[in-house]
Amino acid sequence: MPTSPARYSRSIDWPTVLIYLLMVGLGWLNVYAASYSPDAPASPLSTLGFQDLMAFNWFKQILWIGTAIVLIVILLVVDYKAYDTFAFVLYGVMIALLVVTPFIARPIAGSRSWLEIGPVRLQPAEFAKFITALAVSRYMAGINLRQQNFRDQLVLAGLTLLPPLLIIAANETGQALVFGAFLLAYFREGMSPLILLILAAAGLILILALLVPKLWLIGAFTVILGLVFAFNVRVLRHHLVLALSVWAVVVGMVFGVDFFFNNVLQPHQRKRIEVLINPSADPLGVGWNVTQSKIAIGSGGLAGKGFLQGTQTKFDFVPEQSTDFIFCTVGEEWGWVGSMVTIILFMALLARTLYVAERQKSVFGRTYGYCVASIIFFHFCVNIGMTIGLAPVVGIPLPFFSYGGSSLWSFTTLLFILLAIDAYRKQDLERY
Amino acid sequence: MQYLEGRKYVVQAIFLAVALVFATRLFYIQVLDGSYKLAADRNTLQRIVQTPYRGLIYDRKGQILVQNTPVYDLMVTPREVKQLDTVRFAQLLQLPLEEVRASLKAARAFSRVKASPLLQNLSTPELAAIQDNLIDFPGFSIKSRMARSYNTHSMAHALGYVGSITPAFLEKPKYAKYQPGEFLGITGLESYYEEQLMGRRGVQYRMVNVRGIEKGAFRGGEFDTLSVAGQDLHLSIDSELQAYGELLMQGKRGSIVALDPKTGEILAFVSAPMFDPATLSGKGMGNRYMELLNNPERPLFNRPLMATYPPGSVFKLVNELVALQMGVVLPNTGFPCNQRLVRCTHNHEYPSNVGIAIKNSCNPYFYQVMRAAVMRGRSTNRFEDARLGLGEWRRQVMKFGLGDRLGVDMSQEKKGLIPSPDFYDKRNGFHRWNYRTVYSLSIGQGEIGITGLQMANVLATIANRGYYYTPHFVKSVGQGGPLPQFRERHTVGVDPVHFEALIPGMQAVVDGRGGTGNLASLAEFGISVAGKTGTVQNPHGDDHATFAAFAPAEDPKIAIAVFIENAGFGGTSAAPMAALMMEKYLRGNIAPWRKRWEFWLQGPAEKFVRHR
Repeated sequence: MPTSPARYSRSIDWPTVLIYLLMVGLGWLNVYAASYSPDAPASPLSTLGFQDLMAFNWFKQILWIGTAIVLIVILLVVDYKAYDTFAFVLYGVMIALLVVTPFIARPIAGSRSWLEIGPVRLQPAEFAKFITALAVSRYMAGINLRQQNFRDQLVLAGLTLLPPLLIIAANETGQALVFGAFLLAYFREGMSPLILLILAAAGLILILALLVPKLWLIGAFTVILGLVFAFNVRVLRHHLVLALSVWAVVVGMVFGVDFFFNNVLQPHQRKRIEVLINPSADPLGVGWNVTQSKIAIGSGGLAGKGFLQGTQTKFDFVPEQSTDFIFCTVGEEWGWVGSMVTIILFMALLARTLYVAERQKSVFGRTYGYCVASIIFFHFCVNIGMTIGLAPVVGIPLPFFSYGGSSLWSFTTLLFILLAIDAYRKQDLERY
Repeated sequence: MQYLEGRKYVVQAIFLAVALVFATRLFYIQVLDGSYKLAADRNTLQRIVQTPYRGLIYDRKGQILVQNTPVYDLMVTPREVKQLDTVRFAQLLQLPLEEVRASLKAARAFSRVKASPLLQNLSTPELAAIQDNLIDFPGFSIKSRMARSYNTHSMAHALGYVGSITPAFLEKPKYAKYQPGEFLGITGLESYYEEQLMGRRGVQYRMVNVRGIEKGAFRGGEFDTLSVAGQDLHLSIDSELQAYGELLMQGKRGSIVALDPKTGEILAFVSAPMFDPATLSGKGMGNRYMELLNNPERPLFNRPLMATYPPGSVFKLVNELVALQMGVVLPNTGFPCNQRLVRCTHNHEYPSNVGIAIKNSCNPYFYQVMRAAVMRGRSTNRFEDARLGLGEWRRQVMKFGLGDRLGVDMSQEKKGLIPSPDFYDKRNGFHRWNYRTVYSLSIGQGEIGITGLQMANVLATIANRGYYYTPHFVKSVGQGGPLPQFRERHTVGVDPVHFEALIPGMQAVVDGRGGTGNLASLAEFGISVAGKTGTVQNPHGDDHATFAAFAPAEDPKIAIAVFIENAGFGGTSAAPMAALMMEKYLRGNIAPWRKRWEFWLQGPAEKFVRHR
């Protein structure tokens, strides 16, 4: 350790730590409520042995939180340069682990992605997030995205895409989608905004293609494109080929949606998107989750039913109520007020993360900071979105709230590596 | 590189936009849209309704008529049915295979997870026959409930029946609290007193989880209520008299209504053809109902309330009373038996006063009585005079409870018809009709229509010398006496002295020499009967016989109206039948030497008709 503990602790970004603790604390309360059973035999906890207590998710979550705090101390004590130095090594190890996992893991809930080490189950995909973030930040520090060096961009794309491909192979599509979040970090570091725009447009066209009859969509698009060029005849002359190719791509996409939908997506994934558009399409299957989740949240009202008073979550109407659908307990028991507190906490954490990222001197630190914010944001977006029927049901947890060791540890690591880097930045300043 | 720093605002904007979308969406589903709260209650709240014990029905003498016995429904939960051997199952139930298949299909269509009745109303022995074997058929269970059982074979029309609620009932606001599959009174007293008989449902709210397993009371039972048993009904009907009336009416069509004039209580209420009330309860009730419904004799038709006939000569009493009250005739006014006005059915002495006229049922006499009451010379135009006069006459007649519902404690009651001037204006044209058009009313023929109940009530009014209580079946609801509207005395606006002038004539009908109702005499027991025969002209077939009377004339205890369809002259069949009923009620039994009248009355109505 390069300096005294007292001086070091002063350089830690305490607001982030505070927000983190609040989220984990509230998360635990909701995990407790979600796993609380009103008619369970009320034997005093003191009479229960460790084995009995391990049957309760809320008790295990205490263990995960405790170990996460130990983890934090370790992360902060490790020399920040280690993250920089060992980024690629970690990346290599992680890739190796992702490759072997499907072969040595037992299938759990349809995917072979959990490694069992004694009583502890780990999901390497969870840890792939921060390790990939470290690796791409490290690589980013050595290149300049703006300089259009095609080879560098290709390597970066490869670094980013390799883990999700391996994760998809292990049938954990939800975790793989998270890697799309890295685009926001690349955008901050100079990636052309056109890529974001094209992706956004492509997403919009895909959604519209599912909602609106195809010929209408193509007709409307042709008219708009025609109008744009009709008013700029000069532009048309210069960009006729571009205009025609854009038109062709869009038409291709519109018709490609069916192919993508029916041939690329797996049946359960197709269902999830169908259900998003029309929840009554599969009322007792995937639609059940969405409907019940909305009912649980919607029945919370303004101020909620009160702690431990939720009925929809407690009586198992909502599936996965302490992991992926933990937000239902928040919404049902704490109402709109509780939902807003959660959203505000996430916004505060994201804002603070961006703030911390921006004050980094190194490209490595800043890129990593943006990766952290983007990954957390993606989880926030998709997880809450799916519980209120705005996003397809994708099995990813709500950071710091959802029950589970792997997810808590990986998000803790993700966040506190940033705080470690940030803390040493100040040390560096003081040194000079 | 510095310009890239501006991109942080783009990233922040994206974050903020998503947060705002979420906040708005959450505000909408959590605060604005109430449907999710209802859906949540539907999910978790199970409403368990405790059906209260339905009130019992007793007769006038405290004898129990209708009670509750346990019956069993065979329920099926389609999801739990495993590898059903339909053939064996149908054998066990002793039902045709197709019927079992159709019922199973209907149950599946209702719900796969909820139990629905496959076979209803099994009695205890029927249950015993199948219960032991049910263990081989998973998914089938037995649910017990209470159903009506009867201690009497008579008065089905008055009692009505209890059945499971139909969609038509469910739509009425009165039955808003009923759930499909619940039972309620469909007709008769069971229906009219549904609220009192039903009692109050107990409701318990239980919370259930996603698998339907109970998770305790909702909010500690704050909203739960206990059921309150229904109130008993104590009828004014004398079940012995009732059964006797039904015996006498066997094989005929018509009605008998007997009232206690002092209270308006209905003592007997016979509608023929009749059926056993147990027909409409128990297993196979639906099929039996259809049989009754399709029977050409129309046994379900509640004749005393719904069949309106011209009253025939009995109406002459009302006609006379109205004219006396108007002061246009006096008791000793005589009119010639002028056969040119209207045919008189038999030759008789000169009707020099009302008594002689009634005893002989002289048609021309009452033609002239009504003409005196209607043609008052209020207008020089005889058409207008008839219009004005008929309107006034009708108002007075209607005070006797005619031409409108009496308000008995049973729905289905018909109004009958006392035609108004408007009625004739519409039919014949304004000023296109006069007294010659409407004179049939004076002898109770023509357009006029009254029900058996109304006729009995007219006799009760005469017995009381000018007032009546609305006829009713129920002496007491629980311990509380009759409904308040049945304690109210209705006067008909005719002075008692006019009744005193009339009643001796009615006594002479029965006991006078050559009276038309001699067969109704109970003089041998010292009971003076005051009555009036009637023969209702029937364009569709043989005339209907009626007889209406009360007894004893000085202190009336019973007023009775008998209608026998297609039995010809009222004095032949209706009069002796009324006499037997009154004897039975007043004396408790029929004297042995009078049993021959029972024999005389047996058989179809045709035997009483003398075909010319």
